[in-house]
Amino acid sequence: MAETDKRHVTIRLTGIKKIYKIGGEELAALNGIDLNIHQGEFAALMGPSGSGKSTLMNILGCLDRPTVGSYKLDGEEVAGLSDDQLAVTRNKKIGFVFQNFNLLSRITALENVALPLVYAGVGKRDRLERALQCLRAVGLEDRADHQPNELSGGQRQRVAIARALVNEPHIIMADEPTGNLDTKSTKDIMGIFEAMHREGRTIILVTHEPEIAACASRQLLVRDGKITRDEGKGVVMDVV
Amino acid sequence: MSSEKEQSFKLPPFTAKAHPSWLNAVRQCFLMAITALEGNKMRTLLTMLGIIIGVGAVIALVSVGMGVKSNVTDSFASLGSNMLIVSPGSSNRGGVRGAAGSMQTLKYDDALAIKEKIKKIEYVSPTVSSSYQVVNGNQNWNTSVQGVTPEFLSIRSLTIGYGSFITQDDMNKRQRVAVIGTTVATNLFGTENPVGKNIRVNNQPFKVIGLLESKGQSSMGQDQDDMVYIPLTTAQERMMGITYVQSINLQVESQEAMDEVQANVETLLRQRHHIVGGKEDDFHVRNLTSIMESVSQSTSMLTLLLGCIAGISLLVGGIGIMNIMMVSVTERTREIGIRKALGATYHDIMLQFMIESMVIGIVGGVIGIVLGCGASKLVEYLGASLGSLTTVITPLPIFVSFFFSVGIGLFFGIYPARKAAKLDPIEALRYE
Repeated sequence: MAETDKRHVTIRLTGIKKIYKIGGEELAALNGIDLNIHQGEFAALMGPSGSGKSTLMNILGCLDRPTVGSYKLDGEEVAGLSDDQLAVTRNKKIGFVFQNFNLLSRITALENVALPLVYAGVGKRDRLERALQCLRAVGLEDRADHQPNELSGGQRQRVAIARALVNEPHIIMADEPTGNLDTKSTKDIMGIFEAMHREGRTIILVTHEPEIAACASRQLLVRDGKITRDEGKGVVMDVV
Repeated sequence: MSSEKEQSFKLPPFTAKAHPSWLNAVRQCFLMAITALEGNKMRTLLTMLGIIIGVGAVIALVSVGMGVKSNVTDSFASLGSNMLIVSPGSSNRGGVRGAAGSMQTLKYDDALAIKEKIKKIEYVSPTVSSSYQVVNGNQNWNTSVQGVTPEFLSIRSLTIGYGSFITQDDMNKRQRVAVIGTTVATNLFGTENPVGKNIRVNNQPFKVIGLLESKGQSSMGQDQDDMVYIPLTTAQERMMGITYVQSINLQVESQEAMDEVQANVETLLRQRHHIVGGKEDDFHVRNLTSIMESVSQSTSMLTLLLGCIAGISLLVGGIGIMNIMMVSVTERTREIGIRKALGATYHDIMLQFMIESMVIGIVGGVIGIVLGCGASKLVEYLGASLGSLTTVITPLPIFVSFFFSVGIGLFFGIYPARKAAKLDPIEALRYE
């Protein structure tokens, strides 16, 4: 514990509430969340549907703003940012991996990987070179010119992981990354996440499957808008 | 779940520098727009068709309108510029009015007097005309025979193809000589050179001394080559047996002097015809330029009208762009969500869709310009076989319709682009 506390806190949530107004009635999707995630942690976010798990994930991923509370990402308060500031934050600090891959279908794997760099304003040559390095890291260098529909599910998810890595984000947000994959691909993808974790990346994995969550070093259970269980806190891989 | 192959994610340090600049963003959005449009070729083409037809129609119709205008202007110009035409008034005997020009008071001497006494006149050309049968051998042709003076050649800007025109000597001697137009020549002589040959006009022998170069049809559809010109004196005395002239054409030195000369001519003729006080003139002086101005004004109105009608189709094309862009935004909600999740800002998305609709406008505009010019040439080509329909393509309608189509792409792109840019990324990602 003492050792981990010295580590850099990448995510610091304090008193996060998200309240939706439905038909005049207030509904708290998140009801007071306090959470610190340190650099290099591999945290699994679990919870039944309707627990507020997705809302928390959206707030962590800077896709949404909390109604109340403070969210410090890498020491910077992001709870009160405008839409465009959030977009820039997502671009610079967060890499997304989605359940349904969310690749653009009309462009190649390489261009998909390079897409975050487009919005970062990186020049074309640098962009594609970097994207190719990331594809190489996930072992898909030879598929660079393929369009997503020419790739298998596992390959698509690997492209998505490469895309999440491309801008050197502070955290990687993975929302049910294996939800649409077969057992073999699931194993591959989880292997990649574990490897990334070993190399010191901060990963937040949203899942409802206990076996998947078991891969992570820390398991968080969300229920009724609160974190009800927090196991394996502080188990952090050494940065190599 | 340890992976079989030891993968490494140690990426080389990310050194590439970001240059977030406005220009760079535009370039990126432009490339993305092209990719998106290419991805849906048929739809893009159909959307463009609205703009293509709109721009094409504007250019083609305006060119036809301008063609009509230039035709009218040309035909007036072929009558000579700065022209005043003096014609006899209508006779009025006991309250019964005769036809205009039925007065017989305008004489050759009046023409000479005008030439002598009024300044700032270049040419004076009195004429008479009648219709006669013209015969060469077994060929005959019914045509308009005009009695003219030598000045007529200059005043009407006629050109002699072969031979010569009527001279003052011919006038004085009342020579039976004729200068004929190409239509008459073709009908009487075929391909033969008529100069030096004899023809019979109203059964009187005339010698052809000249052949005019073709002037083509006038804007009124009149064949200006279907003419025989003979000396004025010959026409008056040997053919028609009259002493008056049917019109006097005056060419004034300059546009500015027109009104002055017109007033002077009126005063002089009233003196010569002893018209005093409130008595009605027995002649009319018409200013061809002012007539031309009013005609050209009305053809301008016609051009404007045609342009407006075509402009409406351009507007409809613009609405077509908006329609398709709306569909496109809905269809690509998920794509927009992905882009936003990856860091696209409001302006990035806005720019992407705006550029897409502008590209449709620009490309459609360019194709429309090409097709419009083509259509206008086709109209001219087809028109040439029917009559003398010419078209005039000027840069103005091309520029206007091009910028209009770009503007339409911009304007009708704003709403869909805003709709796209304002999408909530969470909602958009969830969209199926």
